[in-house]
Amino acid sequence: MKIHEYQAKQILSRYGVQIPRGEVVDTASKARETAKNIGSKVVLKAQIHAGGRGKGGGIKLADNPEETEKLAKDMIGMTLITHQTGPEGKLVKKILVEEALDIDQEFYVGIVIDRAKEAPVVMASSEGGVEIEKVAAETPELIFKEYIDPATGFNVFQARKLAFQLGLAGDTLKQAVKFILGLYKAFQATDASLAEINPLLITKQGKVLALDAKMNFDDNALPRHPDIQEMRDLDEEEPLEVEASKYNLSYIKLDGNVGCMVNGAGLAMATMDIIMHTGGMPANFLDVGGAVSEEAVKNAFKILVSDKDVKAALVNIFGGIVRCDVVANGIVKAAKEIGLKVPMVVRLEGTNVEQGKKILEESGLAFSPASSMKEAAEKVIPLTKERSGS
Amino acid sequence: MSILIDENTRVVVQGITGGEGTFHTQRMQEYGTKVVAGVTPGKGGQTHLEVPVYNTVAEAVEKEGASASAIFVPAFFAGDAVMEAADAGVKLIVCITEGIPTFDMIRVKQFLRQKDCSLIGPNTPGIISPGKCKIGIMPGHIHTPGSIGIISRSGTLTYEAVDQVSQQGYGQSTAIGIGGDPIVGLKYISLLRLFKNDKDTEAVILIGEIGGTAEEEAAEYIKKGYPKPVVSFIAGQAAPPGRRMGHAGAIIAGGKGTAKEKMEALEAAGVYVAKSPAEIGAKVKEALK
Repeated sequence: MKIHEYQAKQILSRYGVQIPRGEVVDTASKARETAKNIGSKVVLKAQIHAGGRGKGGGIKLADNPEETEKLAKDMIGMTLITHQTGPEGKLVKKILVEEALDIDQEFYVGIVIDRAKEAPVVMASSEGGVEIEKVAAETPELIFKEYIDPATGFNVFQARKLAFQLGLAGDTLKQAVKFILGLYKAFQATDASLAEINPLLITKQGKVLALDAKMNFDDNALPRHPDIQEMRDLDEEEPLEVEASKYNLSYIKLDGNVGCMVNGAGLAMATMDIIMHTGGMPANFLDVGGAVSEEAVKNAFKILVSDKDVKAALVNIFGGIVRCDVVANGIVKAAKEIGLKVPMVVRLEGTNVEQGKKILEESGLAFSPASSMKEAAEKVIPLTKERSGS
Repeated sequence: MSILIDENTRVVVQGITGGEGTFHTQRMQEYGTKVVAGVTPGKGGQTHLEVPVYNTVAEAVEKEGASASAIFVPAFFAGDAVMEAADAGVKLIVCITEGIPTFDMIRVKQFLRQKDCSLIGPNTPGIISPGKCKIGIMPGHIHTPGSIGIISRSGTLTYEAVDQVSQQGYGQSTAIGIGGDPIVGLKYISLLRLFKNDKDTEAVILIGEIGGTAEEEAAEYIKKGYPKPVVSFIAGQAAPPGRRMGHAGAIIAGGKGTAKEKMEALEAAGVYVAKSPAEIGAKVKEALK
């Protein structure tokens, strides 16, 4: 799960990570009020989940409360387009108004789970303010890493080592050590999957602060963090995905026009792949669960038909413990109830496959049966073309 | 022959009295798996599915000689269940549970480093040596005894591979789901090593997916010289970056973990890489020519 910058900063400040003074607001008059309270130049930052906000006009500097109000008026309610939002952009509902700081140096500090090492890794780099992926690709020697032993946690000497590697000294070093330790404490305590400060700022006055902050969380651990769960902003997510999550379905909207419904995540990905190899493009990833239930099929159909880009659908079910005849009955029932309008190719395999096929054939619905993944993909793609041509 | 499990494997089911535990224990018993005990804390002394239930795994090991465990315990308690099994001296732990937090698994793996045992999963369909033993939730009857070893991060996609292999006239020595989570127990390399020494395994299918670098690590290992042909398919070639594709571990993060990188690494190691999931069976035939 992702959260906004202002939410990440709220969490981090509880763990001793220094953040600029500021407040999140949703009206221009509140922005003016905040700027007045801060009493200096301020920065206005659009709160959307995507990065690259500055280039799209989502970060602005204001000299005084009047200018803050004027800029906030334009920013709140604007549709911000960045390289991460897609061409449709994101609606800005809230902005963060923060004190503007005198920048001396910018660094990067981030924490992720290293899957190969099976441990969290704290990374620091002198190359702050640029995308860390770019640094990793071009100048990997400028990224310093410390792996965390789960038995001891993040040790002070490790944070100190990173701060020295960044070239810090004196009081700034002390502040940076405290900062990095606090960042890890927050990462661990919240079951985060990513905590990233880019840039970490050293001001001309020698203060260490998080100018930007990003946190993502392990979805599996969310039930034990109700406070973080509450931070979820449904407006930032694809509406169909929000709908699917209510039914506990794993659904991701994609750009193509072949709707897919599959049991199992691996088989669902493989179904997308075979559509692509056959010359089509999948409209979605949709896993109805390994042990597909009638209820799941019905809900999945609801999601599928509400995506207007879907021109034809491919259902690929490998019946295992669940019998194909049961699945077929579920498909027929759900299709009748929902009133499926798109042509559909159904591939059933596994336990009781013959009975399953018979049920589909006798249903009177416009199912086209297929006996392999390849056949299913070859049958469904022409159907999308017929529809878009008519 | 087979790897890790055979007709002599004695299984304890942790969480045997729960819904999932009950259902799948019955399926395992029908398949012929020797389920010798169950564990549900607080229900020790009962009998469930004609199997004695104990409060602790240690008792199940001591009294029934359990050598392997199947875990059907809810996600927030499953990490603890794995450690209990390891502590009790169980040699093979198969954790079916999906949804275990990553930090829990980091601690579990740390704990297991000091123990002499192997973990399969979590978030796995389990392991099967056809005709001998099944520990997991896969449909037993689609498998046939034979000479192909299968290692996969997926569930139903593994069944698909099994089906294609069967259509080509081959059976399986052992099929293992290593799990769809970012941090799992046994990975490709440990299992490739076991298949290397299994004289009845003629070829190995490695089914991977986007996310992480386990496939690349396997490719490095195979490249150094592997005596048996390896066939591979990587799921998620059409997957967008930055999105978790169902499995917690199936995500292209920071431009890393793409299907393309994995396929190229495996091809460079001499692996027969199926580009389409429909070609897995045909590739096995080609590899064994």
